[in-house]
Amino acid sequence: MRHADACLQVTGLEVQRGDRWLFTDLDLAIESGELLHVRGPNGCGKTTLLRALCGLLLPQAGEILWNGESIRRLGEEFTRDVIYLGHLNGIKHELTGIENLRVSATLDGDRVDDDAIWDALEQIGLAGFEDLPTMVLSQGQKKRVALARLLLTGAKLWVLDEPFVALDVKAVARLESLIVGQVERGGIVILTTHQEVALTSGTIRTLDLGQAGQVRGR
Amino acid sequence: MKFHWLHFSSPATFYGLAGRMIPWFFALALVTGVVALYWGFFQTPDQLGGSNPQKEYYRIIFVHVGSAWMSMWLYLVLAAWSAFGLVFNTRLSYMMAVSVAPTGALFTALALFTGSFWGKPSWGTWWDWDPRLTSELILFFLYIGYIALHSAIDDARRADRASALIAIVGLVCVPIIFWSINCPDPNQCAALHQRSSMGSIDGNILFAMLALTFSFWMYAFATSFMRVRSIILEREAGTTWVNEQLELEAKR
Amino acid sequence: MFSTFLCILRRDITLAMRRRTDILTTLFFFVIVASLFPLGVGSEKEVLRFLGPGVVWVAALLASMLALERLFASDFADGTLEQMLLTPQPLSVLVLGKICAHWLLTGLPLVLIAPLIGLQYGLEGTQLLVMVMALLVGTPVLSLVGSIGAALTLGLRGGGILLSLLVLPLYIPVLVYGSGAVTVSAIDLADVQPFMALLGAFLILALAFSPLATAAALRISVE
Repeated sequence: MRHADACLQVTGLEVQRGDRWLFTDLDLAIESGELLHVRGPNGCGKTTLLRALCGLLLPQAGEILWNGESIRRLGEEFTRDVIYLGHLNGIKHELTGIENLRVSATLDGDRVDDDAIWDALEQIGLAGFEDLPTMVLSQGQKKRVALARLLLTGAKLWVLDEPFVALDVKAVARLESLIVGQVERGGIVILTTHQEVALTSGTIRTLDLGQAGQVRGR
Repeated sequence: MKFHWLHFSSPATFYGLAGRMIPWFFALALVTGVVALYWGFFQTPDQLGGSNPQKEYYRIIFVHVGSAWMSMWLYLVLAAWSAFGLVFNTRLSYMMAVSVAPTGALFTALALFTGSFWGKPSWGTWWDWDPRLTSELILFFLYIGYIALHSAIDDARRADRASALIAIVGLVCVPIIFWSINCPDPNQCAALHQRSSMGSIDGNILFAMLALTFSFWMYAFATSFMRVRSIILEREAGTTWVNEQLELEAKR
Repeated sequence: MFSTFLCILRRDITLAMRRRTDILTTLFFFVIVASLFPLGVGSEKEVLRFLGPGVVWVAALLASMLALERLFASDFADGTLEQMLLTPQPLSVLVLGKICAHWLLTGLPLVLIAPLIGLQYGLEGTQLLVMVMALLVGTPVLSLVGSIGAALTLGLRGGGILLSLLVLPLYIPVLVYGSGAVTVSAIDLADVQPFMALLGAFLILALAFSPLATAAALRISVE
């Protein structure tokens, strides 16, 4: 199933954290079938940028447009199209993997049944751990529960903040293939990572935040 | 030169403007304050009221009523700037709100203090749960809540926006709170309703009262502008205009 | 939209059931605070009967405020809250679901145990009934209004004390009419009606506006 064409545009974005301007006048445009790799040293504002792009953070100035319309005005129309995985896994430790995914699928408005959820957990490598409270799982396994959402969602825009952290080799490969799949389907992926992702189709673009926010194509 | 009111919503411009206005506000506050106090002490009757008059101590009315008025007006100003900031996302509005709050709290405290001092000779007690005094106390809590929330949040922007929201929530709740204090038993509200009309007040007393209130207003402008200037400097520290400004002021 | 509401409600109740101490601490806090007063002011029957309604309400206020701190805290800490902000559901509906669950878990038990406290204070028959009714209408208002403060103080140092500073003044109308209802019910039951009507009006107003304000507050705090 291919995603309808979409584009995310950023013009003149300015974000200040505390007394520090993280970036000023940042321009950016990214379309279906593209992956944006945000790079830069620690503390340069990668996470902040990602949070601003998915609408969690209100920028001081500038516009973020989704298909030409401001994401603030779109509100829930925009959040329907986005999935964000941050440093926090966003799963409840008292609930099992199944229960966690059931809740997030209902809230995300994804119509998936329990079979699909079991299937997703198995695919991500959590077979046998599906109905244990997630508090007994390891860091990497908790991360996988969060990543399983990528298998269930129909979101066009994936915003992933350091998704490879705490994963083992097998899980990294699995996640890579998920990202490639999303780009091939015509989705958009924005991520920060220290890992290079090999794409079979589509374009990888890099944004180096260290230097005055320019986007280079490759 | 084309004049645009939004021109002054830039902190850099407002910094200069406020700086030029502060001395004038202080001067006005001082002059009207002296006039009001002179009038209040020497041009007004020695006592107030008919059969059981209040003696000289009634003169506390000038400070008490003025500061009570100010406490309420300034809360409105605070909430208005907060709402403005939340709607238009302008930084200066939040800074104004933040700089008005301490002056508002000060006037509230003054109203409570003078109320208590007035209460001792007239009611025979320092504190009576009089609805108006109690309302003033609650208003004081609202100011303190606003200031406490703002200072508890490290990130300036979150602090601005969060405290703006609580100011507006407070404003919405204030009529209900005051009403519930004034009328604790809805079965007998009519009997409790009290009202004072301006017309029945002696002209000289009214003049002194209004003059002192005006003086308070000028004082409020002056102090909140002083505060807003230091907030601007703090927030904009490191920008070129602040550095230039500081050099300029150092030379002077 | 209703399924979203139910989903959050069910989730929060499941979570609480797996961590039951949280519910019980609030309840016992209420009981202890209410039981301390007779030790402080003396156990004279007349005094206690006079103080009873006010004490029960003040204790309920404090208990519900104490519980509020946890309303969003754990969701904030583990990132589920920011995920809620990114769902295509109206945030105020999610918030309302959370508040309902919170009230069912901390407010309702308090309402149910209140008659026992009332008995300790020598309240009788109709007065106890009025107290339960007033608490039943009034405590949801406390949860609703308090949620705004809980959202604003999210993740702050000393958030609990700050929360009480922000929220307690807003609780005054509920306190005044809630305890007023119980007091007048001792004299004439017919007089209770306007009190209940006012509490009901507060509940409707709070239901209409506080989820919106709380949603706005969460967007500010989660940033």
